[in-house]
Amino acid sequence: MPATLAKSGGLLVAMVIALMAMAQAQDSGFAIHMAIMALAALIAAGVVIATGSTGEAPARDESRYDDAPVRWGVIATTFWGVVGLLAGLFIALQLAWPVLNFGFEYTTFGRLRPLHTSAVIFAFGGNALICTSFFVVQRTCRARLAFPSLARFVFWGYQLFIVLAATGYVMGITEGREYAEPEWYVDLWLTIVWVAYLIVFGGTIIKRREPHIYVANWFYLAFIITVAMLHLVNNLSLPVSWVGSKSYSAFAGVQDALTQWWYGHNAVGFFLTAGFLAMMYYFVPKQAERPVYSYRLSIIHFWSLIFLYIWAGPHHLHYTALPDWAQSLGMVFSVMLWMPSWGGMINGLMTLNGAWEKIRTDPIIRMMVLALAFYGMSTFEGPMMSIKSVNSLSHYTDWTIGHVHSGALGWNGMITFACMYYLAPRLWHRQRLYSLRLINAHFWLATAGIVFYTASMWVAGLTQGLMWREYGADGYLVNSFAETIAAIHPMYLLRAFGGLLYLSGALIFAFNIAMTIAGRLRQEAAMTETPYYPAADRPLPMPGSLQPAE
Amino acid sequence: MMTDHKPGVDEATGTSFVGHEWDGIQELDTPLPRWWVYIFAATVVFAAGYVVAYPAAPDTDGLTGWSSHRQLAETLTAEAAARAPRLNAIAATPIEQLPANPALMRSAIEGGRAAFKVNCVQCHGAGAAGSKGYPNLNDDDWLWGGDIASIHTTISKGVRNPDVDDTRFSQMPAFADILSKGQIQQLVSHVRAISGQGKPSPAGAALFAENCASCHGPDGKGMREQGAPNLTDGIWLYGGDRATLTETIAKARYGVMPHWAGRLDPVTIKMLAAYVHSLGGGEANPPPPPIATAGGANVGP
Repeated sequence: MPATLAKSGGLLVAMVIALMAMAQAQDSGFAIHMAIMALAALIAAGVVIATGSTGEAPARDESRYDDAPVRWGVIATTFWGVVGLLAGLFIALQLAWPVLNFGFEYTTFGRLRPLHTSAVIFAFGGNALICTSFFVVQRTCRARLAFPSLARFVFWGYQLFIVLAATGYVMGITEGREYAEPEWYVDLWLTIVWVAYLIVFGGTIIKRREPHIYVANWFYLAFIITVAMLHLVNNLSLPVSWVGSKSYSAFAGVQDALTQWWYGHNAVGFFLTAGFLAMMYYFVPKQAERPVYSYRLSIIHFWSLIFLYIWAGPHHLHYTALPDWAQSLGMVFSVMLWMPSWGGMINGLMTLNGAWEKIRTDPIIRMMVLALAFYGMSTFEGPMMSIKSVNSLSHYTDWTIGHVHSGALGWNGMITFACMYYLAPRLWHRQRLYSLRLINAHFWLATAGIVFYTASMWVAGLTQGLMWREYGADGYLVNSFAETIAAIHPMYLLRAFGGLLYLSGALIFAFNIAMTIAGRLRQEAAMTETPYYPAADRPLPMPGSLQPAE
Repeated sequence: MMTDHKPGVDEATGTSFVGHEWDGIQELDTPLPRWWVYIFAATVVFAAGYVVAYPAAPDTDGLTGWSSHRQLAETLTAEAAARAPRLNAIAATPIEQLPANPALMRSAIEGGRAAFKVNCVQCHGAGAAGSKGYPNLNDDDWLWGGDIASIHTTISKGVRNPDVDDTRFSQMPAFADILSKGQIQQLVSHVRAISGQGKPSPAGAALFAENCASCHGPDGKGMREQGAPNLTDGIWLYGGDRATLTETIAKARYGVMPHWAGRLDPVTIKMLAAYVHSLGGGEANPPPPPIATAGGANVGP
């Protein structure tokens, strides 16, 4: 009871502070955000009082895994995935038809683009990482989650971060740093949540009942620790007012740019690569029911990936004010990153050794294999694009967008969907998923969508790059910028179509997960039935020989 | 702990297990793929060679001596050297005489095309077809003259530019202050009649003769000295429908163009004039002015 009192009292104090900040706010966006904070504190206090007053919280059963936050995470991943992809489709359509900006500040491309990127990376991807990490760390440590209340705070605190970030973008609150757009107070909030996440995850590893730490947990831990470091350094800034949304970066000029792309690149490296490799390292062997291909490779590629990735950021600033020497280092570290990245692909794909037929029979395995294939493609393409002579053609073009999406849609999206398909029936104790055939439909829609998306962006990027640098015989540039935009308009339409296909697949995914949670089973034919034709199952008669008597 | 056990051998692959197990997941003791090791080593060797050949530490050069600043400077110098003879020739040629030299004119058009795409497309469009309020430069309808020298003057000094004394300047009165709404409608009818869009309006014609003919000419064919547009050719800067004409007459128009002499070098402006002249509507040079007599009484500012 005293604990309940202290907790709810603290939350109510937090609410009052938020309300005071709201009253003093320098701008309306900050006021709205403080109101959201106050509301969140009030709801949390209500939940604490309600659960506390109905007697004791359910006894902690150390012989059971704590899967409630994982279940919430599956739902959140599904929800934010659809939201993020919808935003992506909409901004793709805005690029094709600018009239869809509606001449309304809240719906302009500039505000909706970070909404899309943050929704898919941090809301969809982040929730997938958090919930799978809670699932995996318990099972591979054979220990119940440490600090259960803190784990719940991590989940809900992270959702609050997402809401604050998303509403901020629409209201025009941004630091203008790619993938780090939220302003200083939202950054502080995320820092608190992230430290709590590290404590829960690390605490569970410490109380593990296994002698060794499984490779997936190395990757999760690398992801959590490095993202904390990246987030803290890149968001060092000074608020204009303690009750206003605007802040200014601690760095200036090219130092600021380098800090930002050190962060930006490693958001890809540690959020979208290391974290998702952690998912891969648990769910692929589980779904395939096969041992991991090579323990040695997992060690070597883990440490080489971790060591090399952190230096590769300057390749985002080729041919800029960044000094040449920093550009050179960014490039060579990116080139050396190729094989360490591929180590994960090899270990994932080759885990299917002895179970290759599952690609044909198991749509979840097929999804995982496609994810690993796209992981391999984009981790080859990335080092290639970091080479300065390639980069001078690809930089600032839609090729970059195509590259990012072959990784994001192909690797991050597909591996996440596969993991959610694995998790849903197990977390809700269902016999199986609602439908395996719908996974198949999802797989093909998503695959076709990725092909349309990446192929159109490659063509658009090369077209742009070549048109921008095209010189006539007299030594003058041939094309105006507007002409390059007109030239790639058809590609923008194809890209939006690809996005539509991918979103359709995700809607089928959401439906399948929802029906599974609801406990429904779709009556459907099995995925594969190898036909048998008894009439054809006999040798051909010799020519001229007697026909056998029928 | 039951999870550490003697490594066995995986039947499907014939590879032995490492011996740990987590939640049913085991690991094989497969050695690193050779090709993986070789390619990784090759990228490391490449990296080592690259950082020796190219700058890789503050304030140092690589063995090649390459730097992006140097590369850019060399490229620009080479380009400038290649262009210099043509640009010098254009600079030395008076604008009126440029069309008489086809090779030089072609070179000037190419340079003008490039400059147009940077400086002019924002208003006149990528194809120079203009849009409402911004003249189409492809047709033969010129407000201020379509010979190359006139175009050159317009580009240099701009239109109604407040920063230039001798800018192209004209100002139509806002007739809402002068005529009644009914009279303006009669004028609109007359303008639509002479542009072949409506029936004649005698009242409008009378109003036109009284208020408009001094600039637009008695027959409405315009007057370049005044920058007054031809109203009979069906080419409209703002539009020839009743609503737009009513707005134009009632409120007048005051489009402004920058004076490029303040922003671009003289050769580029010449090349722009050549390019615009080449778009289709360029006119021949006017006959040279009569040679001044000894007294020169009629010559002068």
